Amino acid sequence: MSVILDCRSLSKKFGSITALSDVNLSLERGRIIGLLGPNGSGKTTLIKIINGLLVPDQGDIHIAGMEPGIESKKIISFLPERTYLPDWMKVSDAISFFKDFYEDFEEARAYDMLQRLNLDPNKRLKTLSKGTKEKVQLILVMSRRADLYCLDEPIGGVDPAARDYILNTIITNYDEKATVIISTHLIADIESVLDEVIFIKDGRLVLHAPVDDIREKEGKSIDSLFREVFKC
Amino acid sequence: MSWELNTDKPVYLQLVDQIQAEIISGNYKPGDKLPSVRDLAAQATVNPNTMQRAMTELERDGLVYTNRTTGRFITSDEDLIKQLKKQYITRIIEEFLDRMKLLGLELDEIISYVNQVAEKK
Repeated sequence: MSVILDCRSLSKKFGSITALSDVNLSLERGRIIGLLGPNGSGKTTLIKIINGLLVPDQGDIHIAGMEPGIESKKIISFLPERTYLPDWMKVSDAISFFKDFYEDFEEARAYDMLQRLNLDPNKRLKTLSKGTKEKVQLILVMSRRADLYCLDEPIGGVDPAARDYILNTIITNYDEKATVIISTHLIADIESVLDEVIFIKDGRLVLHAPVDDIREKEGKSIDSLFREVFKC
Repeated sequence: MSWELNTDKPVYLQLVDQIQAEIISGNYKPGDKLPSVRDLAAQATVNPNTMQRAMTELERDGLVYTNRTTGRFITSDEDLIKQLKKQYITRIIEEFLDRMKLLGLELDEIISYVNQVAEKK
């Protein structure tokens, strides 16, 4: 199995605050991985470094052997936690925008998913609810044929029924060579689709293991283990 | 089929268990073709790798087999299915007996309760 993401002693500080501290991480292709940790543990910092939006203070990071940059961005599909598409756009405009921007974007796939979620491509983003906007963004991101998908809190604002649909979208749209990183607090909702979990706490990696191994060894769900490890 | 999964046991083992139950109950018949791993995974909302692992497990026990060009099938070996059925039933009854024994019941008491309840049904 080839490695898609490799981090060596990655550290990042914001002033006196340590956001990431000596993170060593190696992820293989073909996995769905949960990036789990309490608020402020460094999840988003890590995702931003992977996407080249932040530069680490120390350590190396390689995506399919490349340092973060123009080439790595071609193979990473990133869903940030906040929306960045302008409000005046129609859903169909956003699709054209993505098509224009990314070589690996598959328009037909996006329209197909919109139809299945009963979303009207002629609506303006301004008129959509928060949850619906999240669905549109996830559709855009999952319609790329990327090697690495980074989804930062993809299911926070959507209702449970749509959550199931979105998880299905994720598991049916990535291919065997691609890896999906999902950062979230809603562990119980996503743990059945995960292969592996990464727990981070105060910027440090505390656990990286296959989920079924954890269930076998600990006899409890990832959600219960999380509550134990991060007990306040 | 509908899938009932909880998250405190390894998911692949639960998948194996539920597919076995489908085979025993005859919902999957000997020689039936199974949907693709991807479709099954989507139905159960689990990771395709997890479904693949369940299939590998079932293949190892000979309950399903893969034909390289045409897909994956339920075994046609009816003796094997009978054997599985026996094992499966034995396991459920053993679990039941263990729980009843925890309540302090003797075997003959348990059997008489079972008969009473069965008559009412």
